[in-house]
Amino acid sequence: MATDTRLPVAGRSRPRRSGRTRTPVGRWLADHLVLFIGILVLVYMFVPIGYIFALSFNQPSGRSATAEFESFTWSNWTSICEPEGLCDSLRLSVAVSLTATVLATVLGTLMAFALVRHSFRGRAASNLLIFLPMATPEVVMGSSLLAMFVSVGLDGALGFVTIVIAHVLFCLSFVVVTVKARLAGMDARLEQAAMDLYANEWQTFRLVTLPLAMPGIVAAALLAFSLSFDDFIVTNFTAGQSVTFPIFVYGSKLKDFPAQLFVVGSIMFLVSFVFVVAGELWRRRRSIGLG
Amino acid sequence: MADRNADLRLENLTKRFGDFVAVDDLSLTVPNGSFFALLGPSGCGKTTTLRMVAGLEDPTDGRVLIGEDDITHLRPYKRPVNTVFQSYALFPHLTIFENVAFGLRRRGVKDYQQKTRDMLELVELGGYGDRKPGQLSGGQQQRVALGRALINEPGVLLLDEPLGALDLKLRRQMQIELKRIQTEIEVTFVHVTHDQEEAMTMADTIAVMNNGVIEQMGAPADLYENPVTTFVANFLGQSNLVRADVIDTAGGDVVVDCHGQKLRLAASRSHAAGRSAWLGVRPEKVFVAASEAEDHTGVNVLTGGRVTDVSFVGVSTQYLVATPWGQELMVFEQNTGRRPAFRNGDEVDLMWAPEHTFLLDADQDAHAGLMTPEDIE
Amino acid sequence: MSAAPVPAGPQPGSETARRRGWGWLLLVPGMLWLAVFFLFPTVQLVFTSLYDPSGSYEQGYAMTWHVANYVDAVRDTWNLFARSFLYAGIATGVCLALGYPLAYAIAFKAGRWRNVMLVLVIAPFFTSFLLRTLSWRTILSDQGPVTSFLQTISVLPDDGRLLATPVAVIAGLIYNFMPFMTLPLYASLSKVDYRLIEAAGDLYSSPFTGFRKVTFPLSLPGVVSGTLLTFIPACGDYINAELLGTPKQYMVGNRIQAAFLTEHNYPLAASLSLILMALVVLMVVVYVRRAGTEELV
Ligand SMILES: Nc1ncnc2c1ncn2[C@@H]1O[C@H](COP(=O)(O)OP(=O)(O)OP(=O)(O)O)[C@@H](O)[C@H]1O
Ligand SMILES: [Mg+2]
Repeated sequence: MATDTRLPVAGRSRPRRSGRTRTPVGRWLADHLVLFIGILVLVYMFVPIGYIFALSFNQPSGRSATAEFESFTWSNWTSICEPEGLCDSLRLSVAVSLTATVLATVLGTLMAFALVRHSFRGRAASNLLIFLPMATPEVVMGSSLLAMFVSVGLDGALGFVTIVIAHVLFCLSFVVVTVKARLAGMDARLEQAAMDLYANEWQTFRLVTLPLAMPGIVAAALLAFSLSFDDFIVTNFTAGQSVTFPIFVYGSKLKDFPAQLFVVGSIMFLVSFVFVVAGELWRRRRSIGLG
Repeated sequence: MADRNADLRLENLTKRFGDFVAVDDLSLTVPNGSFFALLGPSGCGKTTTLRMVAGLEDPTDGRVLIGEDDITHLRPYKRPVNTVFQSYALFPHLTIFENVAFGLRRRGVKDYQQKTRDMLELVELGGYGDRKPGQLSGGQQQRVALGRALINEPGVLLLDEPLGALDLKLRRQMQIELKRIQTEIEVTFVHVTHDQEEAMTMADTIAVMNNGVIEQMGAPADLYENPVTTFVANFLGQSNLVRADVIDTAGGDVVVDCHGQKLRLAASRSHAAGRSAWLGVRPEKVFVAASEAEDHTGVNVLTGGRVTDVSFVGVSTQYLVATPWGQELMVFEQNTGRRPAFRNGDEVDLMWAPEHTFLLDADQDAHAGLMTPEDIE
Repeated sequence: MSAAPVPAGPQPGSETARRRGWGWLLLVPGMLWLAVFFLFPTVQLVFTSLYDPSGSYEQGYAMTWHVANYVDAVRDTWNLFARSFLYAGIATGVCLALGYPLAYAIAFKAGRWRNVMLVLVIAPFFTSFLLRTLSWRTILSDQGPVTSFLQTISVLPDDGRLLATPVAVIAGLIYNFMPFMTLPLYASLSKVDYRLIEAAGDLYSSPFTGFRKVTFPLSLPGVVSGTLLTFIPACGDYINAELLGTPKQYMVGNRIQAAFLTEHNYPLAASLSLILMALVVLMVVVYVRRAGTEELV
């Protein structure tokens, strides 16, 4: 018993390995190979980001900005809203994502609580119904939603509401899974301890359960927001004449491609980067000592 | 809220999980201000009992009372009872100070700050208030858990193996600490433990539990010297149990026949209902003597033994002595050096006083409560 | 003679932690959403797929239980299905091959750079994926640096291209779904006790055997969810094929999209959708069974 505390330590494995002939350089390489591959993969992930940044300073000679870098300019950054409809599409995307995020996070969190904290008939069926949307390719989800909207006579009213409905749908499962994982890892004895210390059900929820579940809920909300903001496929089916940002980008690729799109891409990257870094710092400060 | 200066009483408390009876018709009284230890093997229902007292588990049947107040169905936060959980269950997102102040603040106590600081001093964690639980050592966390419960001045403090995760040295230290605090503030402690030594040194009263029922309850010395079941005889310390038949109960003494040899004991130490019984004696109570060499008047003697194993353990020597009927009995002898030790094969008699003899019902397993090899670390 | 510490009785998830009662009501709003906007449309899709294909969007369809729609769909597009699963399979495999070292490096080798690397994995994810895919189009274009470089070192013939080839489409898929692979992998690797890996190094002399026998099995839940989260969307994707390929690289998603949005051939689109969904669910179930993970979500 308690074997895990008696495991052999690293030091003991060294001599055996060094029995093989390997130059110091070779060994250093072998030790760091994984790290190298990892960094290369990261670089690969950042190549297009670099391109987007570079092209955001591009002054294209023609009207379309997708081609080569021609000459440097700041003007794209100062005239973001110039291309017609770009800022409207951004506004719509933000509104859709915020609404969908709030709805999906609330509904999904409630579901996760029900699944982790309560027992009832039909849990397996509920889990299946939550899993299925994740196993459904986006085209299928989008097309079936469109078919339904059309059949109930909503084809004239496609827009904000139908997009939000669709986005909540595909975000919901991800929220449930994320929050569920957090709740399942939580020690039920903490809540019992709170009750033992004179906190009633509501206080226990407010002072113990919710703060402990919060990181999971926040992560779920961020995930939902990014899924929603970036979605094109499902949105394309359910948007009707409305133009979200991804739809705007998609539409622009066929015609002239304004360089301001790259500015928006860069800003999105910067904002999210700042958010993630700030969140990480905050988490680090708060979670010092979180077992 | 129930009167906090009253006895804790459990009446016919029962808990079933499906068909499985975890706690079976348990009744006991814990006097106010006493240190009560609940001792028993793993899975015997100790935690379940505590959880019912704390209100974290609903009893299937029976009642929990403090004084005359029935608290059986009171929500946990309405009971004058606090728990020190085995894994401490400290709130990881709150500081040590906030953890300890939690109960007072829920009850709206005004000067909770001063009280919390005092409590942190009491558990010797004065400078640690701003830390998070994850930044403390196991022993420190344990003291936080203790302080967090004690600060509420509960009528009853439930401790579920609070020292289980500590190393031996820290454990001894905390045992002394716990006892000191308990005497100082005169709170009823119900202490669950696996460790019989811990139970015997700390508790005023021990209840030995097995399979959901209390086998025996009493002062540590009573339990040790006069066990009423084979389980208690084996679980608390060690015992030699041999088959015997009751042949005479006239007068104050009981006379038994043990494989042809007559032994006697006081009637108050006989817990056998029928004719046939287990006769018990603790190994350290037995005296080994060279065959036929000693005076036998007034003592119980088993003759015809042969030493089969001698192990020297420093302060004492442990013998295994085979009886004529082939059973091996254990004898511990202090190394006083007054005479040379026996050797394997020596013919010996075993002697002990009648007041160290006890008699148990024969229809019990003589091996009940014995430590299996895995239990011994 | 101290007895070993044993975890205290009832564990989380026991009767008290999971109360019977009205808690399931919390599930109702979300379940309603799923029922109305997922289950119902899916059922409806089944009906749509059985309409008589001679109808049209404008004139309406007649319900003739036309099962032959499925036969037609399979006959005309089986190659698209095959290509979709092939591309998605390759992309998932490469994502695993690249994402695993990355996740492993973050979990065990990055030291204090761990969180920075993690942030770097997530960050590109927040920039519009259409924009990123479009920049790949530029990067891989015939005049782009990658093509020229590969031509210079004679990996590509002088008139060889990258854009508009399966390679470009698969590379796009790999790129876009990489975070979906890396994050679950990281999540399960970070739970693996590094001492176990060291112990394996002690017990099995070769690090590779140690990895195969200890680390990999322990990270299996991450592998399963990572591959699922990559494979499923990749199967249905049509953006990469459209932006980085030509109709010769089109996947079944392109066909469904066109059938719905440009041809308005709803019975065909519906039967294609349902076949795709059924195949994906079937593969997922078989895969999850084989991988031995019962917990789907
Ligand atoms: N929620 C539950 N559902 C089913 N059985 C349970 C539950 N809780 C406890 N039990 C069973 O009841 C019995 C008593 O459990 P309990 O936790 O009270 O034991 P214990 O005496 O505290 O043991 P330990 O010393 O190992 O902590 C055990 O056999 C256990 O398996
Ligand atoms: Mg217990």
